Amino acid sequence: MRFTVKLFAYFRDNRFRAEVRDYPEGTTVEQVIRSLGIDLEEVGVTMINSRHCTLDQVPAEGDQLAIFPAIGGG
Amino acid sequence: MADKIFRVNMSDMSTRIEEVPEAWMGLGGRGLTSTIVAAEVEPTCHPLGKRNKLVFAPGLLSGTPAANSGRLSCGAKSPLTGTIKEANAGGTSAQMLARLGVKALIIEGKPADASKWYSLQVGENGVTIKEESEVVGQGNFATVQALNQRIGDKVGVISIGPAGEMQMLAANISVKDPDNHVRSCGRGGLGAVMGSKRVKFIAVEPTDKKVAIAEPEAFKAANRAFAKALVDNPISKALAQYGTNVLVNIINESGGLPTRNFTAGQFEGHEAISGETMHDTIVARGGKPKHNCHPGCVIQCSQIYADVKGEYKTSGFEYETIWALGADCAIDNLDHVAEADSIMDDIGVDSIEIPVAFGVAMEAGVLKFGDGVELCRILREEVAKGTPLGRIIGNGAGSVGRAYGVTRVPVVKNQAIPAYDPRAIKGIGITYATSTQGADHTMGYTIATNILGVGGKVDPLSKEGQVELSRNLQIATAAIDSTGMCLFIAFAALDDATCLPSLIDMINARFGAKLTADDVTQLGMTILKTEHAFNLAAGFTNKDDRLPEFFRDEPIAPHNVVWDITDEAIDSFWNF
Repeated sequence: MRFTVKLFAYFRDNRFRAEVRDYPEGTTVEQVIRSLGIDLEEVGVTMINSRHCTLDQVPAEGDQLAIFPAIGGG
Repeated sequence: MADKIFRVNMSDMSTRIEEVPEAWMGLGGRGLTSTIVAAEVEPTCHPLGKRNKLVFAPGLLSGTPAANSGRLSCGAKSPLTGTIKEANAGGTSAQMLARLGVKALIIEGKPADASKWYSLQVGENGVTIKEESEVVGQGNFATVQALNQRIGDKVGVISIGPAGEMQMLAANISVKDPDNHVRSCGRGGLGAVMGSKRVKFIAVEPTDKKVAIAEPEAFKAANRAFAKALVDNPISKALAQYGTNVLVNIINESGGLPTRNFTAGQFEGHEAISGETMHDTIVARGGKPKHNCHPGCVIQCSQIYADVKGEYKTSGFEYETIWALGADCAIDNLDHVAEADSIMDDIGVDSIEIPVAFGVAMEAGVLKFGDGVELCRILREEVAKGTPLGRIIGNGAGSVGRAYGVTRVPVVKNQAIPAYDPRAIKGIGITYATSTQGADHTMGYTIATNILGVGGKVDPLSKEGQVELSRNLQIATAAIDSTGMCLFIAFAALDDATCLPSLIDMINARFGAKLTADDVTQLGMTILKTEHAFNLAAGFTNKDDRLPEFFRDEPIAPHNVVWDITDEAIDSFWNF
């Protein structure tokens, strides 16, 4: 199953900005995060197709998964 | 030394030092400016006339060693919105005024002779009014430099640029920062009020005096815990690295980044203007990714943005400014955006109102979307010089809409809507609609909970829970704005149980008081109700607490949603 993973802020360091990646069917958001070596504690927000999602959600073929560290501003 | 009220009357050129009335004792910052404006200004007065008053107040903790406590509040009746207004900024003056014992500085009246300009100099013995000519017509940067030379480089400076002199409704008030650049009391046209009083600048004399602290040991312990909560917070760390502009990509991803005058919720050029790109550019050019806007800030969300030659271009380069020029005007070039930011700081205009006004002007065909070069030319040659076009833009987004017959004008109470689309992030729509000061994200920053997952989670596209969210945040914000604290302490306060109690402990140790968390909430409610009562007496009704109708009619991509919260739900905001 292929979907796009997008990383933001320092999660991009030594990784990538956006990549279409291949994962086994049923891979959860949490498993994607772990596969990238990102500390779950540092994850602030995750979205699938511009909607907030939970760590146990499963992206579908062609989805856009965005992973952000805890950030703020305003 | 005991705090006093410093009062200046520009009609008869008198100055006085007064005791602080009992009712104002426990107030500072916004709580104090709004209380004074509500008590002393006729709500129906002309904002640029002799009956309006311009009030400056440091926060309750300003001038103490408390981390992040250097915000200066400025209040008046706003000429842009017609409502009560408070705008606050960092810089050095809040702490200096507090050490001089200034609880508030009230500027009232208006000189009969409208050909002259004046300065105020605030020192231990009061305020001196002098006629001014040298820096009249100058921008804020030249004004700060001239005063550093004239008075000494430790002087605090609160000034207006040419826009304030011309009483443009988007004129702001600048406050000198530790690096001799400026921070701004940005919104609502308070610079025009200062210009109407014919005051070009306020110089604040340095002093060796210290703010009295009733219980120094308790204060020290509370400040240590408070600063630790701020420093340990992961959001503080991200703010230091990327600045507030880290938001471009996440708001874009959420579909709530208003683009091309609010016709789309995502901007294809978002990466070029993002916090990540800005950080890499700053590092590559030898600028500084982190920087403080006032002494004692431990978050350091500001930065020094350098140009291609590695030379200083701008600082305090904020998300809302970059969004407005970047996505809303479709300028996907950070150097053009930085150039515009620098010009706006110098001429003294709100860097949200003016770019949103340009977005409306682009829709009207005055210039093309994306044309950063022409936008900078108009700022320099039209707005700064007060040409007819410059004045139309300098009077804000509503002014441009009226002048060119545009109906898609993103304002509430005539103040430009900032960087979060209320159709796709509904909580912030409640804040825009109900804020006592026109559209302003900082009044109740629901983005924290709607998008960033701070202080819980409320689905940004749902109608549920948005009024309560906005209400709770607006109450808390009114209280924080009274302490002199930067609003960014709220990220730690919302998620770290040690933060807020240590802030209250500091206030208690400073004054020998016994405030509880409930008292602080009560303070926030009282401030909101005081401001709301002023607006009602000025002629506003619940019918003014509405978003422009295009938000109801035009679905915004990618979620294809409209503003669908009922008027009854909006009005229930005031049920407290």
